[in-house]
Amino acid sequence: MTGVVKESTEEMQQVLDKIIEKYRGKPGSTIGILSAIQEKFGYLPEEAMDYVSESLNIPSAEIFGVASFYSMFRFQPEGKYVVRLCRGTACHVQGSWLVGEQLQRHLGIEEGGTTKDGLFSLHYVACLGCCSLAPVMMVNGTVHGRLTPDKAVEVLESYRREGQE
Amino acid sequence: MTKTVIKVGMASCGIAAGARPVYEYLLDKLGDRKDVEIKQVGCIGLCFREPLVEVIKDGTRVMYGEVDIDSLEKIIESHILNGTPVEEKIILSDSTEAPENKTIDKQVRIVLRNTGIIDPTKIDEYLERDGYKGLTKALQMDPEAVIDEILESGLRGRGGAGFPTGLKWRFARKAAGDEKYVVCNADEGDPGAFMDRSVLEGDPHSVIEGMLICGYAIGAKHGIIYCRAEYPLAIKHLNIAIEQARERGFLGKNILGSGFDFDIYIKEGAGAFVCGEETALMASIEGKRGMPRPRPPFPANKGIFGKPTNINNVETLANVAWIILHGASEFNKYGTGKSRGTKVFALAGKIVKGGLVEVPMGMPLREVIFDVGGGIPDGKEFKAVQLGGPSGGCLPASELDTPVDYESINATGAIMGSGGMVVMDEDTCIVDVAKFFLSFVQSESCGKCPFCRIGTKRMLEILERICDGKGTPEDLDLLEDLAYKIKDGSLCGLGQTAPNPVLTTLKYFRHEYEAHVNEKKCPAKVCTNLIHYTIDPDTCIGCTKCSKVCPVGAIEGQIRQPHKIDDSVCVRCGQCKSVCPVKAISVE
Repeated sequence: MTGVVKESTEEMQQVLDKIIEKYRGKPGSTIGILSAIQEKFGYLPEEAMDYVSESLNIPSAEIFGVASFYSMFRFQPEGKYVVRLCRGTACHVQGSWLVGEQLQRHLGIEEGGTTKDGLFSLHYVACLGCCSLAPVMMVNGTVHGRLTPDKAVEVLESYRREGQE
Repeated sequence: MTKTVIKVGMASCGIAAGARPVYEYLLDKLGDRKDVEIKQVGCIGLCFREPLVEVIKDGTRVMYGEVDIDSLEKIIESHILNGTPVEEKIILSDSTEAPENKTIDKQVRIVLRNTGIIDPTKIDEYLERDGYKGLTKALQMDPEAVIDEILESGLRGRGGAGFPTGLKWRFARKAAGDEKYVVCNADEGDPGAFMDRSVLEGDPHSVIEGMLICGYAIGAKHGIIYCRAEYPLAIKHLNIAIEQARERGFLGKNILGSGFDFDIYIKEGAGAFVCGEETALMASIEGKRGMPRPRPPFPANKGIFGKPTNINNVETLANVAWIILHGASEFNKYGTGKSRGTKVFALAGKIVKGGLVEVPMGMPLREVIFDVGGGIPDGKEFKAVQLGGPSGGCLPASELDTPVDYESINATGAIMGSGGMVVMDEDTCIVDVAKFFLSFVQSESCGKCPFCRIGTKRMLEILERICDGKGTPEDLDLLEDLAYKIKDGSLCGLGQTAPNPVLTTLKYFRHEYEAHVNEKKCPAKVCTNLIHYTIDPDTCIGCTKCSKVCPVGAIEGQIRQPHKIDDSVCVRCGQCKSVCPVKAISVE
């Protein structure tokens, strides 16, 4: 993730044009385009979706329909560290909900939210496929396993220290 | 002198367990030596022992488990440099007794033949282990003969439905049209199943080779791997493998001089469980909302962009090259009845040896869980095993003699599914587990069918009510009634199987529902509204540990004085109980 990029409309359009040209004329590219936009801006700005809709002559309802269907797409900027707590079966029976509650309390946000300082976003996600290390969470690309509520908080605090350096 | 080979398990699970610093330390200390080769390999399945380091020296193979930097220093000094293995850290050995020898010996590894053994980013290592020999053989056969071989092997879809693979191929071959697609369904979404991830990360060429053979058999030129975005390492390794296969002429035009053209590209999913369903998956590949449509027409006749399409799951495709190379009879000698070959299971939950195992079909559940999986940790009692993810069911101890084959498991009310096996012990609340699955399918329902969209929501509400202690005996009948209606009234597999976890738990664990409803008690002491934590003032020594750990400040007390929990503030996280040194805290 490149993080949140605040750009003027003109700069945004330049970025979008590049993405659109790459996919123009290729059927079934909506998801690829949206992924590319999100990678660039950290989320899907409404103006960006409208711009794609006009450029490719796809109804914006269709673009928003696809974007809102898949859990990977976000309409709000994310924190610097995106915490994805696994809520798969193995993690559930090993107490991941306790970890989730502790993280919500510790960060002072609910599931799906971002801390005021923009440092952390918290998401509950379906299985990350590391079931034998349950409960697990992924912070940006890194998986942390065998968590307890306390250990999960420690992990986040180590990211906080890193983020403030 | 032969080189000493050191392999580090660097699949997602290994990295999560801390394999990266181990690997980097090895590189740092031994990377310059000409007599040592350090490799990254995939997951051998012994996830509970990770990080894993294998040392092959002077012709003998030893695997070390739970390796950290301290033990690694010892291994380098004693074994790698001086030839004396570090006995106490050995978990697997081909020359002496070792704790996990039995775990591996009980397995038959066809799908997992290379995972954890080869470096998945090097095609030569795959080639050394008979890689692409199945393809070479297939290209010399008539496409019909390839299909016959797969049919005769008895291979059935490993993604859950268990449809005969050869039959599916025949339909696709017979379908009219010059342009056809082979799709690998790598949208492994069942929580608790991770065999596809392991194969894609640890042996991507086996899947590519399977797709190639399928493409040749059905007459397709295009291959698509639909992989979920949650598996970044799998996508990375697939991309490397595809590139290498192109360079060596296994993908592209006129493959191995046969005149057969085939190429593969990867399509990343964007996070939707329902996309594992084949018609939803095709919609997603076409860039649309991943919503299922009625069948017929089946994908074999009308698939991606309206063209004939054959969709197989990762594990199914990983079997294909092996079957062609070794012959159908070699494959179908494993298994029972209509279930031939092997099945990979992901053991997780309350089990000692969590990880991946591949066993012949027909092995009883008990043997998989207790002999291969090592049973339940901490001396606890086995309560249930959940098979087949959110579409599957929970089976009690009385069903443990069920052989793992498609028909026997279906007869219990569960399904084989993709092979997730989540084991639960006495501390797991069955009603809570049913609620967990319902909340999963409810949020993953695409919303097309009212029964699935609204019905699962209503079922979830009833389960929430029961877990909150507000359920009535009539609720259980209502649950059952709704469950059958959702099964009948839904279009796709998600809705048709969504009620299975509730139906099987009602069938085998009705008493636990009744305890919640009639006595307002949670026997496993999980449901937060039905339990209370208290401190025994006579046992409490006033050490203050509990009040320090309490995340909500619900515990008060002076040092060396008995402490007290404010029940109205307590969130029932249980942390106080786990830190109490004198077991003064109880939950009722």
